[in-house]
Amino acid sequence: MAECHPVGFQWVTEAKKRGARIIHVDPRFTRTSAVADKHIALRAGSDIVLLGALVNYVLSNDLYFKEYVRHYTNAATIVSEDYRDAEDLDGLFSGYNPEDASYDPTSWSYHSRSGQEKVEEPGTEAEGEYAEPEEYGAGGPSLKHADLAHDDTLEDPNCVFQLLKRHYARYTPEMVEEACGISAEDFAYLAESMTQNSGRDRTTAFCYAVGWTQHAQGAQFIRTAAILQLLLGNMGRPGGGIIALRGHATIQGCTDIPTLFNLLPGYLPMPEAGEHNTLQDYTGAIGSRLQKGFWANADAYTVSLLKAWFGDAAQEDNDYAFGYLPRLTGAHGTYQTLERMLRDEVDGYFLVGQNPAVGSANGKMQRLAMSHLKWLVVRDFSLIESATWWKDGPEIESGELRTEDIETEVFFMPAANHTEKAGSFTQTQRLVQWRHQAVNPPDDAQSELEFFHELGKRIRARLADSDDPRDRPLQALTWDYPTDEHGEPDAEAVLKEINGSYVSGPDQGKPLSAFTQMRADGSTAGGCWIYTGIFADGVNQAARRKPGQEQDETAAEWAWAWPANRRILYNRASADPEGKPWSDRKKYIWWDEKEERWIGKDVPDFPVKLAPGTKSDPEAGGPEALAGDDPFIMQADGKGWLFAPSGMVDGPMPTHYEPPESPIDNPLYGQQSNPARIVFPREDNFLAPSSNQPGSDVYPYIFTTYRLTEHHTAGGMSRFLPYLSELQPEMFCEVSPEFAELVGLENYGWATIISPRSAIEAKVLVTDRVRPLTVGGRRIHQVGLPYHWGTGTDAVVEGDAANDLLGITLDPNVQIQGSKAAQCAVEPGRRPHGKQLLELVEQYRRRAGITVETGNRRLTVPYGESEANTEEEG
Amino acid sequence: MPFMARITPLEWPVLRQLRSRDSTGRGAAVTSKKTRATKPRTDDADKVVQSICPYCAVGCGQKVYAKDDRVIHIEGDPDSPISRGRLCPKGAASEQLVNSAGRQTKILYRAPHSREWEALDKDRALDMIADRFLEARRRYWQDEDEHGNPLNRTLGVASLGGATIDNEENYLIKKLFTAAGAVQIENQARI
Amino acid sequence: MVSLTEDPRRSSEAHGHRAQARKSFFTDTSICIGCKACEVACKEWNRNPQDGDLELLESSYDNTGALGANTWRHVAFVEQDQERIETARESGRQLVDLGMPSVGPPPSSSANGNGTDTKLPDTNEFRWLMSSDVCKHCTHAGCLDVCPTGALYRTEFGTVKVQEDICNGCGTCVGGCPFGVIERRDEGIIRAKTERNQSKYAQEIPNEGTANKCTFCHDRLVDGQTPACAQTCPTTSIKFGEHTDMVSQARERVAQLHQQGMTEARLYGANPNDGVGGTGSVFLLLDEPEVYGLPPDPRVPTKDLPRMYKQTAMAAVGMLAAVGASFVLGGRR
Repeated sequence: MAECHPVGFQWVTEAKKRGARIIHVDPRFTRTSAVADKHIALRAGSDIVLLGALVNYVLSNDLYFKEYVRHYTNAATIVSEDYRDAEDLDGLFSGYNPEDASYDPTSWSYHSRSGQEKVEEPGTEAEGEYAEPEEYGAGGPSLKHADLAHDDTLEDPNCVFQLLKRHYARYTPEMVEEACGISAEDFAYLAESMTQNSGRDRTTAFCYAVGWTQHAQGAQFIRTAAILQLLLGNMGRPGGGIIALRGHATIQGCTDIPTLFNLLPGYLPMPEAGEHNTLQDYTGAIGSRLQKGFWANADAYTVSLLKAWFGDAAQEDNDYAFGYLPRLTGAHGTYQTLERMLRDEVDGYFLVGQNPAVGSANGKMQRLAMSHLKWLVVRDFSLIESATWWKDGPEIESGELRTEDIETEVFFMPAANHTEKAGSFTQTQRLVQWRHQAVNPPDDAQSELEFFHELGKRIRARLADSDDPRDRPLQALTWDYPTDEHGEPDAEAVLKEINGSYVSGPDQGKPLSAFTQMRADGSTAGGCWIYTGIFADGVNQAARRKPGQEQDETAAEWAWAWPANRRILYNRASADPEGKPWSDRKKYIWWDEKEERWIGKDVPDFPVKLAPGTKSDPEAGGPEALAGDDPFIMQADGKGWLFAPSGMVDGPMPTHYEPPESPIDNPLYGQQSNPARIVFPREDNFLAPSSNQPGSDVYPYIFTTYRLTEHHTAGGMSRFLPYLSELQPEMFCEVSPEFAELVGLENYGWATIISPRSAIEAKVLVTDRVRPLTVGGRRIHQVGLPYHWGTGTDAVVEGDAANDLLGITLDPNVQIQGSKAAQCAVEPGRRPHGKQLLELVEQYRRRAGITVETGNRRLTVPYGESEANTEEEG
Repeated sequence: MPFMARITPLEWPVLRQLRSRDSTGRGAAVTSKKTRATKPRTDDADKVVQSICPYCAVGCGQKVYAKDDRVIHIEGDPDSPISRGRLCPKGAASEQLVNSAGRQTKILYRAPHSREWEALDKDRALDMIADRFLEARRRYWQDEDEHGNPLNRTLGVASLGGATIDNEENYLIKKLFTAAGAVQIENQARI
Repeated sequence: MVSLTEDPRRSSEAHGHRAQARKSFFTDTSICIGCKACEVACKEWNRNPQDGDLELLESSYDNTGALGANTWRHVAFVEQDQERIETARESGRQLVDLGMPSVGPPPSSSANGNGTDTKLPDTNEFRWLMSSDVCKHCTHAGCLDVCPTGALYRTEFGTVKVQEDICNGCGTCVGGCPFGVIERRDEGIIRAKTERNQSKYAQEIPNEGTANKCTFCHDRLVDGQTPACAQTCPTTSIKFGEHTDMVSQARERVAQLHQQGMTEARLYGANPNDGVGGTGSVFLLLDEPEVYGLPPDPRVPTKDLPRMYKQTAMAAVGMLAAVGASFVLGGRR
């Protein structure tokens, strides 16, 4: 955190001064470790073992927050008797289909109270339906209703609490030592610190970044932390939570108002072909009217969005133009698109402040894919490597590409920067902050707002007279934004549209002030329901700048947080079931008996008049169905999910798998790696054999990639700045003294790092900050690689790109690539150039006997046998 | 010596030394006119706006000082309850992000098979991109899937990026591309 | 009688109504995260050129090396093993036992009341020290004392500053600084300048040929602002304020760390009786100054001047007496 978010770290520094204990768990010793109370090094990719062992520690020592767990989580809920755990099936959960390596989650469902009926997601009753992640928004998994069977004693063998206990029973301190390389003593320090600092009086927070997400099961890493935090009662409370420290100014905003294939604004899913042919199919699948909470109103959010986009063309009789939306057929993520490019099935590509030639996994595939395009538009500040690969990229040097042969047209369109346009960024805690424009962009530079507005105008002009129904959505699109004298659209006008307004009735034209005002009858419009209220009263709430020193610690009058300017989500959980603060020290939101409403230091994240003792009405559905102790109002049953009956495609509870490339065997299961991971078995994406396969000793070391304080991701905003470049001028690798000795590396000399994809060179930093770990009885060496450098000729500094070493394997829930743990070989000295470089890489691959199947066989336990186990134990 | 010429007899350091009780001649007595007129260079700014740092997602407040439509300085905004006036090295370098010599402010175009960039007029560039967009859209248009379910989409165009631009900009990109039937829209959040 | 060395208080007071209480930095390295924001904010505000040769300096994460004409804040990175940490802890403890005035009061035996974890921080196997160095703005400033042109002067804030419009680049000050801080900005110092001249990144070099060092952001202080480095510092490792406050905060902090068992903590520059009369930039260090590249016992070269003059004067008197005596004696002959 100090390394990548130094200014955010001021609060950690302050907490430490006030007595907080800071523990840094990371494969490398960073600038965060330097000022933490303790650094615990672990083997990259072993996090679920560590977190699972903490869960086990909490459960087996009876240290969970009893009242919180019983009332606010699904611990008491009964799960279907058909469910089989990974502990029973050697690493698989019930419902696995080896044909397409995916799960049918039916057996993970809750039992309903009224009978034996399972409570699945609506629309998946039919046999053969499989969990498809791209259909889910953040609210994602829905339930048909919320009338569920419980055992409040938590003793029923099929209740979530017991399932959880059994699932993590083998995640012991000994297992942590064996799998993570963390000593029992260090584990005890961590476990005791967490449990002693959780409860009524104290809370513990987790801060994480892409060290947790960029794995073939990254989403499950976060889920494990969520389970732990729910057990310790650290969610929805001040000083608690699981805090994602995100790396780009509006990376939160670009998922809220998404430029992502699977989402529409506000985490509404993109419609899926066949499943969502009508608006009713679609909204019903997002949230059943009979489930609890605010996703039950998905129809109002969807219709308002369609009204915002298609205006008068969206009417009740045409399903509010729902048919105008394109449909998905599976995943269309950046890596699937890459494959299409390589097959010459994509003509044009826009890069908007993104440098995939350096920043995306398997850099060579990225650059080669771009050479298959007909045209490429790069919008950036400088001539980044993704704009110049056709003349100075590594493949030109290696002879794999010849400039004269490359057909791709490249448009470099200079971008306006943050001072040259007005607009909003959403920072990592959902706070939307407005930026005022200081100056006009120089020369040809223009904002994305202007560029895309202008592009849209020209596209629409060309289609104005078309009678092709395919062009109807573009013709109907609301696209009239006021512009200034330079052609820059008024960003506030766009923000107003995002906020939403009444399109008919007495308040016609007035901005909405809350998403609860949205209707499914076409009387309201709004571009992103969770942002409704950002323009309440016609005022740009994101531009509010009441100085922090004039406010309390919530600082509610600085900018605006979605939803509803709420600073801590699920904050109903900061009070006990009776509505009283858990303690005076952690007082945040509470029920005021006199006023008969929730009050406190924040906007209550709960129906404000819903009394604590209210019982749930299973007939009602939606927010009205919430009980007074259902703080998790976006969950279909109002509870925090220790066990996810739906929504996760690779298991209802996180379980440890080795990374797709790992030099050790999975110490817990026969199933080596995530059996539902997404693989790309291709000749340009070879994987190393992992521990249980021959040839794995050719790539015996683990490498992990990361960032440095002085640079920003792929370097587009740092390597072109002299002041930052001089601070970290060269690509380097970090290794332990023992490893340097082993391989023959000299401090500040050169090393060549070889993976099955490529080989790169880096200066060597021999340092005690990297420590070898003893894992599974073996000495395991890790090589640290910052990934900021790339080869081009326009930046102040250049160097080999670490991402060239990475292969592509994705997490099946969110389609993110694993970048944090992979296998490599290391040689002293600089790498060869030209053809010899390709030969070196090929030579290693031959020695390891790599084929396209290597590392891509997802099922590694005998499937029939595991079925047999089910029979025996069932 | 150039500074001598600017000193009037009364400003001779020796005289000032005697007048100002600066007995060793190390303080006020030796200050030049320029030194005595010292003021922050931001005093020249004709505009100061509140902004937000464009690097990571902490969202630190920035004060951007501009003069004659040029950014002359950027520093932390003490009013921000998040950052309290502080910036990391990247945030502190953001004036250079605006004014770096490494910035490319003119449109460049690389024709098929060409070894070099060439200049291109903005209007022409936008027209060319609009034409190519529509052509690719048409070429890869899909009306329905093999079961006759509507698809209404094109896979001929893709886009990557959004984490470093504005919410309003992402909104327009998603809106335009979706209406055009393009689904392969992605950004750093997937990476 | 005209004193031969500067009296900083009188120099400051001579600014009349502009004069203020002496301003200082307190750099608490125990909370420094080595982010180098201070280096960048300083360069940006003062428009100092990038001067590295864009290669790793072979010094952990430090790639700017040292303070100089273009780098006025510099962050040192020191990696240490267990043995060295123990030595530092012991040497710091001994400073307390000796009652060194720079260390502050010995740890009180009473437990602190704020719930702070007083257990020894368990970073014993290894540690990574970071410290942001800067001009010391000495009480007795060698650079200022030896400057022949009056370019270096004591400001109304008690800090030491070069007036670049007066400096003739003679370089006398460079030898006068016991910390090696001040430097002439010229081609030899801005490494690889010729190379950069051909690049699009070639920067305009202001004040070329003159002596350069930290100005304490004089141009911000006159407006009541905080120096750029202190303002930007994410963790408040760099603090700015009145000298007396800074010194007392530093003493409190060192006492607090000792109380927590971190006896390696010690102050640098807080002792008014040291060889430069104490500094206007006080540091809390976690090891011997040398470890951070700081001189252990800096002495202003002009410190001995009064004594030398006195001796000279006595010698002259003695000679006169001798001459006189010789006359007397001679007369007696």
